[in-house]
Amino acid sequence: MANPSSPSRSKNPDGTSISLENVTISYGNCEAVKNVYCEIPRGKVTALIGPSGCGKSTVLRALNRMNDLIDGCTLKGRVLFEGSDLYDPKVDPVEVRRRIGMVFQQPNPFPKSIYENIAFGARINGYTGNMNELVEKSLRQAAVWDECKDKLSDSGCSLSGGQQQRLCIARTIATEPEVILMDEPCSALDPISTLKIEETIHELKKRFTIIIVTHNMQQALRVSDMTAFYNAEAQEGGSGGKVGYLVEFNDTDRIFNSPAQKATQDYVSGRFG
Amino acid sequence: MSNNLYYKASLNRNILDRCLTITTTIFAIIAILPLILVIGYILFKGGSQINLSLFTQLPEPPGDDLLSAGGIGNAFIGTILVTFIAAIIAIPVGVGGGIYLAEYSTGGAFSQFIRFGTNVLSGVPSIIAGVSVYGVIVSTKILFGSNFSALAGGIALSILMLPTVIKTTDEGLKLVPDDLRRGALGVGASKFVTITRITLPSAINSIATGIVLAIARAAGETAPLIFTALFSFYWAEGASTLLDPIATLSVLIYNFALEPYQSQNELAWAASFVLVVMLLAMNMIARLISRGSSFNN
Amino acid sequence: MSKGLNDQYLLRRRPSSERYVDIGFKRIAIAMASMVAIVLFGILLVVFLGSLESMGRYGLNFLISSNWNPVTDEYGAFTAIYGTLVTSILSLLIAIPLGVGTAIFITENIIPKELREIIGLMVELLAAIPSVVLGLWAIFIMEPFLRPFFTSLNTNFGWIPFLSSIPSGPGIAPSIIILVVMILPIITAISRDSLLQVPSRLREAAYGVGATRWSAIFNVILPAAISGIAGGVLLALGRAMGETMAVTMIIGNSNNFSFSLLSPGNTIAAMLANQFGEADGSQVSSLMYAAFILMILTLGVNIFAQWIVKRLSLKY
Repeated sequence: MANPSSPSRSKNPDGTSISLENVTISYGNCEAVKNVYCEIPRGKVTALIGPSGCGKSTVLRALNRMNDLIDGCTLKGRVLFEGSDLYDPKVDPVEVRRRIGMVFQQPNPFPKSIYENIAFGARINGYTGNMNELVEKSLRQAAVWDECKDKLSDSGCSLSGGQQQRLCIARTIATEPEVILMDEPCSALDPISTLKIEETIHELKKRFTIIIVTHNMQQALRVSDMTAFYNAEAQEGGSGGKVGYLVEFNDTDRIFNSPAQKATQDYVSGRFG
Repeated sequence: MSNNLYYKASLNRNILDRCLTITTTIFAIIAILPLILVIGYILFKGGSQINLSLFTQLPEPPGDDLLSAGGIGNAFIGTILVTFIAAIIAIPVGVGGGIYLAEYSTGGAFSQFIRFGTNVLSGVPSIIAGVSVYGVIVSTKILFGSNFSALAGGIALSILMLPTVIKTTDEGLKLVPDDLRRGALGVGASKFVTITRITLPSAINSIATGIVLAIARAAGETAPLIFTALFSFYWAEGASTLLDPIATLSVLIYNFALEPYQSQNELAWAASFVLVVMLLAMNMIARLISRGSSFNN
Repeated sequence: MSKGLNDQYLLRRRPSSERYVDIGFKRIAIAMASMVAIVLFGILLVVFLGSLESMGRYGLNFLISSNWNPVTDEYGAFTAIYGTLVTSILSLLIAIPLGVGTAIFITENIIPKELREIIGLMVELLAAIPSVVLGLWAIFIMEPFLRPFFTSLNTNFGWIPFLSSIPSGPGIAPSIIILVVMILPIITAISRDSLLQVPSRLREAAYGVGATRWSAIFNVILPAAISGIAGGVLLALGRAMGETMAVTMIIGNSNNFSFSLLSPGNTIAAMLANQFGEADGSQVSSLMYAAFILMILTLGVNIFAQWIVKRLSLKY
C-alpha cells in the first residue's frame, strides 16, 4: 500500500513515515485500542476515522508521545518514526514532539501576543533565522496572515475560534516539524472556518506529512489521501468496556467507494449502529 | 380561605420568614460592628498621633520619660526587614512546592502527603512555630553564635507563610487549562520551558495575590517573634543587624500595651495605626492584582 | 527543498544542558515540596523532645493537675487546658450562628448586590487586622465597656459556678468575646464560599415547588453547603485554640484555677507567650509538654476538618 516516496526526503526509501507494529494502548488495566498495524506514508494526508471510543485519538496522541502526560497510559508494540522506535527508553519525548508537531481539538493559543505565539515554538527549537519573516511565512501558510497582520501584538486569545485554530496551525508549522498531527481540528469550529482550515491542509501537504483525526467523513474524503477506519468492539471478558481496533487502511477512494470490509461499508454509508 | 394570590403577611410561614430575615440582618450587623469599632478607635487614638517624628525616633524604655515614649522608627523598619526575610525564604520554597504539586505530581502517596501536610501546617498555631524556632535556632545559637535575631524571626514567619504560598501556587496553576500545557509540549517545549514560559505566567495573578496576602498576614504576626526576633530599642545598623534582636511593630504593640505608662500605651496605638494601614493597603493591592487578571478565553 | 530551512533550527536535538535544566528543575521542585514535610516533622520533633523530661516526671497527671507553680517547680496544665477548651468552644458556639447567619445574609439575595459585596469585603478586612491590635483594642476599649455587663451577670446569676466571681478586668469572658471577633471572618468567609458553590438549579428547584426563602435555605441550600461550612467551623476551632496574642493580652494569665468565666484564666498558647521567654529548667520542659498538647489538639481538629469535608460532601 505504500506509495512512491517523495524524492526530497529519502531517509526511509519505502516512503513510510510512521509505522505502527502491533500497537496496543491501555489506560491502567483497560485496553483502549489493540493490535494496530499501520504504515503511514510520507508527504500525504492520512485520515483516521471511526465511531466514538474507537481509540483513533489515542493512536494519534501515541505518535508524538502526548499520551505520556496521561497517568497510567501504557503502550505495547512498536511505533517506528523514520525507522527508529519512538518508545525506546533512550528517546527524549521532547525531541519527538519537535519533529512531530500537533494541532489540538480545542484551539489553544498561548495567552501571549500573536507574534509571540509563533515565535515561542521556533525559539525553543533554536531557530536562528529572521523571526519576522518566519512569523509572516507561517501565518501566510496557515491562511490567517491577512486577518492578523495589523495586530500581531494583540493577544492570541482575541481572535475568533477559527482564527485561533489557524494560529495554532501556524504555530506548529513555524517549528518546521516533519509530521503534523491534527486531532479533530475543526470540531469546535463553524463551517466557514472549517473550510478555510481544509484549504490550509491542502496547502500544507506539499511540505508535511499530515495525520488527521476526524468525525466528519466528508472532511476525510475532502482532505485525505489515505484513510484508516477504526472500530470498537466489546472487550473480551465482558467487562463492559470497549476496545478499539483498526479495521481497514487504504487509499481514501477505496475506503469510501469499495471497502474490503463490511463494517467499513456500513460506516461510510451511514448505516452504522 | 380566599382564592387570590396576594401576599398574606399573617400566614405563619411568612411571619417565620420575616423573623429569620430580621435575625440574620442583626447577625450581620453584629459581625461587622467590631471592624467598624476597631478601625474607628485605631483611626481616632492612633491617627491623631501620626507625625513625621514618629518614624524618625526610637521608642523609649518605659519609665524613662513619662511624657513621651519616642517613636516607632526602628520597629517600622524591623517589620519590613523581618517580613522581607520571611518572604525570601517562603516564596521560592512555596512556589517550588506548589509547582511540584500542580505540574509534576501524579496523585501518588507523596503528593497526597504533601497536600495533607500543607493543610496541617497551616493549622499549626503560630506560637508553636515560634517555640520550635526558638528550640532549633535561638537556644542552640546555630546561626553564627547569635541567639535572638532578625533572621530567626524571619524564619519563624516563613513557616507561617509557607502553606499559603504552596496552596495558592498549586490552585493557581490548576486553573490553567491543560490545553495550554499540551500546546506548549506539542511544539516541542520541555516541561521546564512549559512551566516557566507558559503556565506560571498564566497563573501569575492568582499566585501574586496569594503571596501578597501571605506577606500581609506574616507582617501582622506577633507570637512567632516574641522569642525569636525579641525586641530592641536601637536602630538596626550594618550587616550584623540580621543577627541581632530587632524591633517590630507587632511586638512593640504587645510590649507597650501591657505597660502601666500612658505614653507607652499611646505609642502602641500609633503603631497599631501604622500596622493596620500597611496591612489594609496590602489587602487592597492583592484585590487589585486578582481583579486585573487571568483567563478570558 | 526545506533542507536549508531545517538547518536553521539548531536545537532539533536537545543539548544535554537543556536536559539537565529540565531534570534539575523537577528535582528542585520536589525538594521544595519536601520542605513542608521536613518543617512539620521538625516542629513535632522539637516540641516532643523538649517535653520528654516533663512527660517522664508527670505523665498524664499533667493533664488533670491544676497546680502550676514555678516557685516550687511543680507543674500541671489543667488550668490552661480548661481555658483553651472553654474559650475556643464557647467562642465557636457564639460565632457559628453569627457567622453562618451573616454568610446567608450576604449570599441569599436579601439585600442589593452592592451592599452584599461591601459587607463581605468588611468581614474579610476584619480578618486582616492582626491579633495583637485586637488585643490592644480589647484591653483599652472592649473590656472596660463590657465590664458593667459582666458585673451584672455576676450579681444576678452568681449562683452559677461559671459566673461565680466578680469580674476584675482581664478574664476568660472577654477572651471569649475577642475570639469571636477573630474567628467570625473565617466562618463567614468559608460559609459564604460554600453557599455560593451550591448550584443555582438546586435553589430554583426549591423555589419552583413553592418553598419560602427560609424553607429553601434550611431544607435545600444549607444541607448542600454543609460540608464546607462544617470544615470552616472546625478550621475556626483550630484557630481559636491556637490563638495567642489577643488572648494572652486579655485573659489575665492566671495560674490559679477557677471555674468562673469572669475570673482571670489562661490558655496553653497564652501561657507559652507569657512564660516561655523567662522560663528555665523544668519549666521549659513543662511548657513544651503543654505546647505538645496544644499541637495534638489542633492537629486532631484539623485532620477531623479535612475528613469531615470529604465525608459530608453531597453529590449533586
